[in-house]
This record gives sequence, C-alpha cells and structure tokens, in this order.
Amino acid sequence: MGWLPIFKKEMRLYFGSPVAYAVATFFLFITAFFFAPSFIQYAEFSLRAAMQPQMGQTLNATENILRPLTYNMAVVLLFFIPMLTMRLFAEEKRAGTMELLLTYPLRDGEVLAGKFLAALCLYALILVLTLFYPATVAWFTKIEWGAVLSGYLGLLLIGAAFLSVGLFVSSTTENQIVAGFGTFGALLALWLLGWFADSAQGALRTAVQQTAIIEHMDGFAKGVIDTKDLIYYLTVIAFALFLTLRSLESKRWRG
Amino acid sequence: MIQADHLTKSYGPVTAVQDVSFTVDKGQIVGFLGPNGAGKSTTMKILSCFMPATGGRATVAGFDVFSQSLEVRRRIGYLPENAPLYADLPVAAYLDFVAEAKGVARGLRRGKVADVMDRCAIADMQHRLIGKLSKGYRQRVGLAQALLGDPEVLILDEPTIGLDPRQIADIRALIKSLGGQHTVILSTHILPEVSMVCDSVIIIHRGRIVAQGTQSELVQQVFPAARVEVEITGPADAIGQALKSIPGVTAVEAVAASDGTARFVVEAPRGRDVRGEIPKLVTARGWGLLELHTVGLSLEEVFIRVVAGEDHAPQIVESVQETA
Repeated sequence: MGWLPIFKKEMRLYFGSPVAYAVATFFLFITAFFFAPSFIQYAEFSLRAAMQPQMGQTLNATENILRPLTYNMAVVLLFFIPMLTMRLFAEEKRAGTMELLLTYPLRDGEVLAGKFLAALCLYALILVLTLFYPATVAWFTKIEWGAVLSGYLGLLLIGAAFLSVGLFVSSTTENQIVAGFGTFGALLALWLLGWFADSAQGALRTAVQQTAIIEHMDGFAKGVIDTKDLIYYLTVIAFALFLTLRSLESKRWRG
Repeated sequence: MIQADHLTKSYGPVTAVQDVSFTVDKGQIVGFLGPNGAGKSTTMKILSCFMPATGGRATVAGFDVFSQSLEVRRRIGYLPENAPLYADLPVAAYLDFVAEAKGVARGLRRGKVADVMDRCAIADMQHRLIGKLSKGYRQRVGLAQALLGDPEVLILDEPTIGLDPRQIADIRALIKSLGGQHTVILSTHILPEVSMVCDSVIIIHRGRIVAQGTQSELVQQVFPAARVEVEITGPADAIGQALKSIPGVTAVEAVAASDGTARFVVEAPRGRDVRGEIPKLVTARGWGLLELHTVGLSLEEVFIRVVAGEDHAPQIVESVQETA
C-alpha cells in the first residue's frame, strides 16, 4: 500500500497548484476547436439531407463527428501529456525532495506506481470531462455509444502509454523543461514511425507500422477492440514503466 | 546502533570520504564536526541509504544500508542539508503525507502529526504553504518530518542552520531530549553546539576522521599537558625563571611582552594544577597578576589544533565563535 501516500500527495500537488486546472482548460479548449466545426457542418448537412432523402443514408453522427474527434484528441495528447508528466520526477530531483523520498521506507516501485496512477487519474478525469461532446451529439441524434466508449478506451490506453514514456523521460533529468520537450520528442518519434513505414518494404514495413503508436488507435476509434492493439499499448506501458523503475534504481547503485 | 567500516565515497576523481570508521551506541548523541566540504553530508547520505558508498560498509540497527536498505529506512529519520520540502503543500498536509509514507497507522496519524508540530513549535503555521515559510520555520518542518514515525535513529544534517538564537536554543534542547531513547547523529560546523548537545564528537577533515571521542577524551588526546596562560607585571626574565621553578612545571613559554607586563603559557602534566601557586608566587615577589586562565580545554581549541594545525588557537577561536 506504499503507493497510496505518493498518489495522494501527487493529486494534492496537481490540484493545489494551477497545474490541473490549466492543463484541463487547455485540453478542453483545443478539443472544442476540433469538435465545434465538425458538429456545425454535420448539422448543416443533415438539414440539407432532410430535403434530399437519398443523401441521408450516408449520414452517421458517430462516424462523422465523433470518430474524427477521437483521432484529433489523440493528436492533442502529444502536446498535453508531457505537461502532466514533466514535473513528476524532474522537479523532485531539482528541489532535492527526492533525497527525502528515497529515504522513506517505500519501494521504488511504490513511488513509481503512486506517481503513474496519479497522472493517469488526472488524465482520466479530464477525459471524462470531454464526454460532454458525445453527450451533446446524443442530445440531438442517436449515436452508437458502444463505438464511442471503445474510442475512449483507446484514448485511455494511448494516454497511459504516453504517460509512462513521460515518466521515464522525467526520471532521467532534473530539468522540467528538458523533461517536457524530451517527452514530446519521444512521443513524436513514436508517432511518425507510421510515415516511414510507407517507404519500407515487406516485413520491415509491417514491423515499423506495428510499432507506430497511432496505428493501434484505428480499431478503437472504429469501435473494434482488438487484442493485438490492447497488447500493444499494455506492452508499451509496461516497458516504459520498467525503464523508469531501472532509472530510479540506478540512483541507489550509482549515487 | 550505527556502525561504519572503512566507508569510502568518490564522485568520479574526487574522493569525498575516505576510510571512515566509527561506531555510535544506542541512545548516544554524536556530533559530526568539520569544515565545509569535509565529507559530513556525504557520510550522512550514505547512512540514510540515499547514496551507496564506493567502498566499505555501514549498518544501522544491525541492517546493512545497501543490501537491507528498506529495513534501515524503517528505522531512521533523516533531515538533509537545507531541508528540501514540497513548497506547494501546506505544513500539516505535508506532515500527514510523511506519516503515511513512514507507515504510521491511519488512526494514530493525526495525533502523531500534531505531536511533532507541537515539539517543533510549528503548529501555528500548519495551514500555510511550506514555500511561504521563513527559513527557520522550514528547517523546523524538516526536523518535524524526521521525527515522525518515532525512528530509532535520527540523522540530522545541520539541524540548526538558518534559525534565530532563541530557536536554536529550543531545537538544541529538543535534540538533547531525544538522547536516551533515540540515537542521534548530527552534523554542524558550530562548535559550541557540539559541546552543548553531543555526548561524543567525530571530527572529520578532508574526508578523513581526524579525531573522535568524548569531549574530555579529545582534549586530553590533543593537549596532553594542562596549559595555563598568565599575564603578570614585572621583569619578564625574572618572572619566567620564577614560573619554571614551580614544582611540576614542564615548560614555560613567553607569548608576548610589552612595557612592564609579560604573558606566559605554563605547561604542567594533567592532574597537577598550578593555578593555586602562581598567584602566591607573584604576590610574594611583589609583582602584579593581571590575568590567569586555562587554555586547551575547549572543543574549539581541539578543533582548531586538529583541523587547521594552528598553534595559537585562542585568537582564531574568537572569530569562530562570532560566526557561530
């Protein structure tokens, strides 16, 4: 149960400072920019469709508004997740509080779990706030909640994967800005792998494609929960957290 | 309770601590004394399991600080140099976090936190953000977090730094009261602090232990002879001769002489007190005794002698005391 005090402390720090509020506002503001135009456009389309019945068959609110929104939110995460994680270890090291933290009777894994779960919890809370968008659409027309929730599961997983990468980068530096930009760079690299896949051939192409982090959002956004995608994200999370743990433990060896 | 065997720590090519060995018994308060950069903090970081030693080993309460770190950490309270704390947390919330992290049971936590805040006199600031506190308060919050969980061993790196004189007195009294049940190891470069608070002293200089023992042991070790300094009006030569003639006196050294008065340092073996005979001698000859005091009895003089290798300790001691 050693993770619990760390979790509570991180939550207090998130909500006791402007961090949580600023980050939530930023995320909602940006995603609203993606949501509002497609929502208005869809409204106009459906108005025209009311006059031309054959056009109405292609209209699907889930497909036309919410699925692109899921993608766009995933893109915004690239910028947003580093802001949540950059502080977590870097600031403790800079302020010297790490010295105290590491001399409390807590295992390194517990410290890491507390921090990871706190960041994940804050992220999940912000995701819940964005349920406002599908709820707005659902107010006017029928949507496929199953597909929407599958998209959200995808967002939760890709977010958790980003958070673990962010934690690892933060554990390697004592400069928050370096941690933030480093995380952003690492995530961007994972993201852009998909582009390089196009210029590769055969098995290499498949390998690169399967490593690209965004590829695995596809299924979730469509409403298909594939074990392959689930395992991909869980593997990324486990691997990044494992590296973070090693990075923390190395402190005890090297001093 | 604490045992260090040939501890060595190097940061790359720089050796911060070299071959440091000492033992601290249960309930003792030990002072770590040394100039800045002598290796005090490094030794404490090793003992608190924050940093591994490059060589040698250390045990706290019988557990190895490296291989049984978790067991050691359950038994220590550590106050690092400059008391690093979370600036964005209020004092009470911070201490509650520490209590929980140290595994204080849920039901006891509130009481324990209130208790340490009381002992460190910070209860009136409990709702303030730590970042808004003055240095003295922050230092005391740091001490409070070390005391939480009733650790058997307290490792305090410069606990009184940044405090005003009254707070220093309070904290010293608090630390002194911890002796007996708790084993305390504290570092400082304030010499009077050690004589006031500590049972024994370890003097560390350039990464090595140069002297250790109780205060009186150190004094005897460093100054095997008792020294008395006198200032007498009269003919210097005659006075010197007369002082030498006192039975038991082994050496008389003229320190300074100016028109009509002379200063001497008289050495005699320990246990042979010549202070009673000097005034008699002086009055019998019709000279005037202006001053008489013992030298080489305080920790300051020991420290200066051991660390700086200075001969004329007293003059330097005064400046040390002022900065303290």
